[in-house]
Amino acid sequence: MSLSSRLRRALPRPTRRRVVSGSVVLVLVAGLVGWAVWPDRPGWTSADERITVKTGPAGAESVDLDARLYLPRDRGGKVPAVLLAHGFGGTKESVSDNAEELADRGYAVLTWTAQGFGRSGGQIHLDSPDYEVRDAQGLLDWLAARPEIQLDAAGDPRVGVVGGSYGGALALLLAGQDARVDAIVPSITWNDLTNVFLQQSADTSATGVFKKGWAGLYFGNGAASLLPDAPEPADSDPACGRFAADVCAAYLQLATSGTADAKTLEVLRKSSPATVLDQIKAPTLLIQGAVDTLFPLSEGDANAKGIAATGTPVKVAWFTGGHDGGAGPQTDQDRVKYLTVQWLDHYLKGEGGTPSDDFTYSRVAGFSALDRGLVTNGYSTEEYPGLGGTGSTQVSLSGPAQPVANPPNGNPAALSSLPGAGSRLSELLGGGVAADIPGQHATFESTPVAGAIDVAGAPTVRLRAASPTGEATLFVKLYDVDEAGAETLSAGLIAPVRLTGLPTSIEQAQPVTVTLPAIVRRIDTGHTVRVVVATSDQAFLTPAKPAVYTVQVESAITLPTVVGTPIANPQTVWRWVLGGLLLVIALGLAVVLLVRRRLRRRRHDETIEEYAETPLVVRGLRKAYADGFVAVEEISFAVQRGQVVGLLGPNGAGKTTTLRVLMGLTMPTAGDALVFGHRLMPGAPILSRVGALVEGPGFLPHLSGLENLKAYWRATGRPAADAHFDEALEIAGLGDSVHRKTRKYSHGMRQRLAIAQAMLGLPELLVLDEPTDGLDPPQIAEMRRVLKRYATDGRAVLVSSHLLAEVEQTCTHAVVVNKGRIVASGPVEDIVGESPSVQIEVSDVPAASLILEELGVRSVTPDGVSGLIVDMNGTSRSEAVASLVRAGVDVDRVVPRRRLEDAFLALVGDNSRGSGDR
Amino acid sequence: MSAVTGYRPAATLPIWAEVRRQASRRRTQLALGFMVLLPLIILVAFEFGGNNGDDDGNGGGAFGSLVDLATSGGLNFALFCLAVSAGFLLVVVVALFCGDPVASEASWGSLRYLLAIPVPRVRLLAVKLVVALGYSLVALLILAATGLLVGTLRYGWHPLGSTVAAAVPPGQGLLRLLGIVAYLAVIMLVVAGLAFLLSVLTDAALGAVGGAVLLWILSSILDQITALGNLRYLLPTHFSDAWLGLLSTPPQVDDLVKGAIAAISYATLFWSLAFWRFTRKDITS
Repeated sequence: MSLSSRLRRALPRPTRRRVVSGSVVLVLVAGLVGWAVWPDRPGWTSADERITVKTGPAGAESVDLDARLYLPRDRGGKVPAVLLAHGFGGTKESVSDNAEELADRGYAVLTWTAQGFGRSGGQIHLDSPDYEVRDAQGLLDWLAARPEIQLDAAGDPRVGVVGGSYGGALALLLAGQDARVDAIVPSITWNDLTNVFLQQSADTSATGVFKKGWAGLYFGNGAASLLPDAPEPADSDPACGRFAADVCAAYLQLATSGTADAKTLEVLRKSSPATVLDQIKAPTLLIQGAVDTLFPLSEGDANAKGIAATGTPVKVAWFTGGHDGGAGPQTDQDRVKYLTVQWLDHYLKGEGGTPSDDFTYSRVAGFSALDRGLVTNGYSTEEYPGLGGTGSTQVSLSGPAQPVANPPNGNPAALSSLPGAGSRLSELLGGGVAADIPGQHATFESTPVAGAIDVAGAPTVRLRAASPTGEATLFVKLYDVDEAGAETLSAGLIAPVRLTGLPTSIEQAQPVTVTLPAIVRRIDTGHTVRVVVATSDQAFLTPAKPAVYTVQVESAITLPTVVGTPIANPQTVWRWVLGGLLLVIALGLAVVLLVRRRLRRRRHDETIEEYAETPLVVRGLRKAYADGFVAVEEISFAVQRGQVVGLLGPNGAGKTTTLRVLMGLTMPTAGDALVFGHRLMPGAPILSRVGALVEGPGFLPHLSGLENLKAYWRATGRPAADAHFDEALEIAGLGDSVHRKTRKYSHGMRQRLAIAQAMLGLPELLVLDEPTDGLDPPQIAEMRRVLKRYATDGRAVLVSSHLLAEVEQTCTHAVVVNKGRIVASGPVEDIVGESPSVQIEVSDVPAASLILEELGVRSVTPDGVSGLIVDMNGTSRSEAVASLVRAGVDVDRVVPRRRLEDAFLALVGDNSRGSGDR
Repeated sequence: MSAVTGYRPAATLPIWAEVRRQASRRRTQLALGFMVLLPLIILVAFEFGGNNGDDDGNGGGAFGSLVDLATSGGLNFALFCLAVSAGFLLVVVVALFCGDPVASEASWGSLRYLLAIPVPRVRLLAVKLVVALGYSLVALLILAATGLLVGTLRYGWHPLGSTVAAAVPPGQGLLRLLGIVAYLAVIMLVVAGLAFLLSVLTDAALGAVGGAVLLWILSSILDQITALGNLRYLLPTHFSDAWLGLLSTPPQVDDLVKGAIAAISYATLFWSLAFWRFTRKDITS
């Protein structure tokens, strides 16, 4: 068989319906995909610009900035502007998403690559007021000169400054230096770089501990940020990359010694918003991240306090993210975006009411089951509580004074966070990263807490330490320990402490107050609070010399608490959707059921009175299948009470298809079948008066014969007394085998059981398809008797068969079909009777033909080599034989022929295959 | 007089008759039996499998922690049994119960005799569906109940623990467990719908069951491809793990709601197609 013909057989035939429905599906899918991938027409346009601004302390140097201006497409008149600054190591491209969103909301957005980065010229001065801030002032001038930008006064554009981290500090410093700024939204940024890189958590004047992990990361980042076509640095010092000389020197000094000299301090101080907070008049929305070991919440807190001190409106929001945690969960990102837009809309566009002073924050609720990310719940309070919370809880700690060793050169060191590793938020908050080194840490632990504590703010402890060198660098950490003993260091935040002037013995040590990093966390009932004092941490620079300190944490830790109001979750809308969906489904179901019931009642109640007493009338039945094959051309016949009608035809004549219609399994294409005047259709109640065996038995193989009959009867829902099991079982004649599983039955046993099943309830019309198939001769004889008897009480039987003898012997009436049409029908005796036709086998065919024609028969037809078929026309057979013998023709055989056989042979004689496989 | 005395369309194929039809089948008994067996197998594995150590890298996030916590109490043990079954076993069992009943009747040839009784086609399908869903639910409940019983007998009645949030007290933990069972039942409606539709479309019972499982796995694989972006939200399996949200305090139900919406929509679609097709098709088997 060739491949193409095989394919043609395997594939469904392409009918008109299939082609149409296939095309519709194809078009729908194509449309859906097209709609999904079709790019939205953005609501803005953008243009890249090279803007040259004056920079430097004297404003004498020129620097070329790589910038891009986004303008809303449909703007009615002039629009306010937003300066959007990027983070350290980024370019204007890193904020393009934010810029597009703001432009979509009707702002002109100017993004630019800060000097020292990307394709901009100049060097990195760490947001120096003389350089980067001056650049931004130049950009304000540039904006003021653009015709699209709304102006407050000549040369004073209506402008907000938005940025994160490096860009956030720029926003603060620019607002402090230039009164033209109308609103700022700095996020995850610093207040004082001295505190950031020399972090000191104890209330002493000693210099803090160098945050080497983050510092090194950023220095490397700035030094390496050379693009192939970036402007060549003026003096390319490989040690400094694109860092300005003073910044580079400050880093090298700091990283070498771990303490800052005066020059370094000046550099750090100059780049700190702390110096200009009192000059900021632009309303400020401060967003700070709770998962940020670089610029912890305390930096944002200091900024908020400093700006608010002069009466400038300040609003604070915390989110679960930051330099360690990234943008945070979607709910937090949405909240931050909402607050930003609300702030800008009010203070730049004058739209919307004054944003309230409320403070919003979020707390981890658990993992998202879908992406294993974190899920947070948002809370709000009426005003910003600072880091001290609105209340506080004291938790007692116990533990003796413990000796702890400082490892030489800080190796091995404990691990708390992974700066810049982009580590997963869930790991930072779910434990896993933090690890302490044995011998290098002391532990002080509480008893399980009696009630859950909602910590929001900076916890404080009092610490005493003794050191043989008089100095000690320590790291204080707060662990939340669950019942199973798993400890979690919230956000990887630790408090570095550098103490000087320490006694050598712990008894003489004076307590210092250590303020731990602010966290947002719920310490659940039954958890314990563990304070660990360690000597080393990979993120910080520790003394190179080994030493053994003694440390003791005093009796209690103070945990600031905030009880916030949960922020309504916008996701709750889906619950309404779910409710609506269920309602729609219920309504739809009800409507469909009602409509169906009405339709069915109308259909089934029709009775054609004329045939109300006739068991079966088939009228002009035709069945064409979807692939164009016509199984039944046109069949009409009737079965009256008391009749056993045989439906006779070769295989594939259309018998089975006709019977399928009679069982309501198949819908006829044209014509109909009426049982007692009711039209037959799938599920018509009148079918309950028909018992049937079509296309062989169908039983549950795992049940016995009897169980099968009982299961079948249960499915009818009729009373068991109506079934007449005993009669049926007698007809089946299975004996004890009736208790065996039908799977083990022979074909004949199954056939008998199926006939018995068809007779259950003694239906008025019995339809049997090839009932004697598989039965042996005695059983066939018995079956004939049963069928004849069955039809006596006004009941009727319709039997289909391809065997002439069977119909002849069983039926009172016969309907002969071939190729989907009726060829003959009537009482069997009429059709069979004594026929005038005789088949004669003779020794001499030509002679015999002559003799017979002389006798006056109607016709003589040769049949084979020695046979003749003679239509006798009244001449008796004996006379014909006598004449032949007298004439000397030997007669081998004389067989009377009957009409049924004639009809049947005429159908199948030359082609026994009939009209096809059906 | 249209029907024979004693025949009422609404009384044909009583639910109980269908329950008995299915109950006598070996595969029903095996499937339900395995639901009892699985917790016992897991228990034996925990008892005799020994400690598999911390270094075999089963730190698979929240799921890894379920393994670690499985022996901490009856609730956690039942939860673990559900978690290991949710991805595949339950899918197969539900597909078996829902994909088999119509197709197997068709393949035995008994479907045409039921329809000739006549059991109205809609009623036949409705009864088959209700009983299949009932068996699926019973399987799920048996699994959870056996896990809970066996786990409680062996490990005691302790709070429901997770590393995501604080341990939930036993009383509330039981409610959470029931919530998880309920959500799994809802999610499995997708499998039930798909298997049932295939069962109506084909005469091969195994084809219906296998097809449903195959499509479910395909959907799970597509869901792993993050490049598909938001299109993944349309996949029926996208929210299949959302029940983990019930372990946190307070429970996160947002994804559960979305998952339920997706599952119910898909199931309704598949069942509608099944009924639409079955009431119109020529029964040729």
